[in-house]
Amino acid sequence: LTDAPPEPDQKVLYRKHALATRWFHWINFPVLFIMIWSGLMIYWANSVFVIRLPYLAFEPHLALHFTAIGPLFPDKWWSPTAPGWVPDFLVTMGQNDAGANVRQLYSMDARLADGMAWHFVFVWLFAINGLLYVTFLIFSREWKAIVPKPRAVLESIHVVLYDLHLSKKPLPVRKYNAAQQIAYTGVILMGGLMLLTGIAIYKPSEQSWLTRLFGGYSVARFIHFWTTMCFLGFFLIHVGQVIKTGWNNFRGMITGYELVTPSEKAQLVEKS
Amino acid sequence: VSTRLDRRPDDDRTKMTRMSRRSLLWSLIYFGGIYGALRWLNKSPMEGDVIAPLRKGLQFNEKVWERLYSANRRVPTYNASQVTPERLNETIGMDEELDRKGWRLILEGVHGADKPIYLTMKDILAMPSFEMTTEFFCIEGWSVIQKWKGVAMREFMKRYPPLTKSGQSPDLINAPQDLVPYVLITTPSGGYYVGLDMPSAIHEQTMLCYEMNGKPLTEEHGAPLRLVIPVKYGIKNLKRIGKIKFTTERPKDYWAEQGYDWYAGL
Repeated sequence: LTDAPPEPDQKVLYRKHALATRWFHWINFPVLFIMIWSGLMIYWANSVFVIRLPYLAFEPHLALHFTAIGPLFPDKWWSPTAPGWVPDFLVTMGQNDAGANVRQLYSMDARLADGMAWHFVFVWLFAINGLLYVTFLIFSREWKAIVPKPRAVLESIHVVLYDLHLSKKPLPVRKYNAAQQIAYTGVILMGGLMLLTGIAIYKPSEQSWLTRLFGGYSVARFIHFWTTMCFLGFFLIHVGQVIKTGWNNFRGMITGYELVTPSEKAQLVEKS
Repeated sequence: VSTRLDRRPDDDRTKMTRMSRRSLLWSLIYFGGIYGALRWLNKSPMEGDVIAPLRKGLQFNEKVWERLYSANRRVPTYNASQVTPERLNETIGMDEELDRKGWRLILEGVHGADKPIYLTMKDILAMPSFEMTTEFFCIEGWSVIQKWKGVAMREFMKRYPPLTKSGQSPDLINAPQDLVPYVLITTPSGGYYVGLDMPSAIHEQTMLCYEMNGKPLTEEHGAPLRLVIPVKYGIKNLKRIGKIKFTTERPKDYWAEQGYDWYAGL
């Protein structure tokens, strides 16, 4: 057929995400939520981590010191009292220090046993879903769209400047830009790190080689915890970017398709 | 042909609209599914203070780790310089004053004994002892390295072997699978009690301990005799042992009744 090319403003469908990708993504969402939520209930039982801020001291001699800001989560974050206007079906009943019943938005303190039960059951879903996803990436050659090339380091700076409106130079049309590639590859590696440090603190006797590899029990727990915080950071930026990019892009993760201009599609297909 | 050409660019938008509608339906199914699953979990009956599906999950994990368990795998040991400060967490089951003179270790379920056996501290001190410096893991998420001295459970059980399933004489080393599968250990008052699987109980580093960091056990750390079982969380390392019972029934366990994993293996 030698049809004339459609007008530039006429959008065409571009197949962006495979069905498998979408399943992996949407299964991971609630499972990761449960893992972090139950993980924090476990962390509560020994909530020792603090943020240390560096400062320069001049006495007795010039030196770099660190001061701890902590605890990381204030006490009231663990079981915040629900304001009066929150309807009953959204609150959970708990007890305050005096033993009186109080309405709480959620309750995460003194629930170590609960946290462990949820964590060690749902980790199976997290692990299997994650391992299947990585297997899928390898066999579908989809990894090529995600794994950054060396030049992505410089390119990602451009992406960040562009997103902060500090650069006007348009981004190249690609399935994932360099910053996305670094973020998505990083988050997959973080998932693997979570599983390994998780086993290291879950079975420090049976799998003591792994615990030792991470520098011991408390170091493995430290890495496990701060990687979780990185997950939360990723999540916030990810959701922010999705909202900013708009409905067409978000819908792509549900339907698999995005509407693009024919010239964009030509570039996208050529590069994939 | 011209109508097809006119319509074609629109086709993709139409398709997209159709897919959007369908995806809305899928979203409803998705969120309904998550809500339904969480609601089903939350409404499930409790089993040992945790919802039954999660208890089943913990028992599944127990089977997995039991299969991966090897009685020959020693936990890492440390040297004296790596010992960390002592830490005291719980004294559950030790509310009563310790009666050192009246203290006896009561044994039940011993092969060839039709009545409970009573042992004094003297009997236990007469058995071969050994020392080990191991890491003690609290289920709360911290650990300490301590030096322990006592009698290996395995050595102890050579003298007082458990009942066997077959009724034949017990062989701890060559036929451990013939031993009754569980051990119940309680404090003298019965206020604290733990259940153990036999493979963990006969692990070569499981110890009936009477000395900690070169000094006799203090009362708060479980005098006169406590269990040190490095393949289990601290909650299983019962202080002030009163009774040891070898049994075919899965024993009750203080913390498993409060929602924790019964197996609690490390």
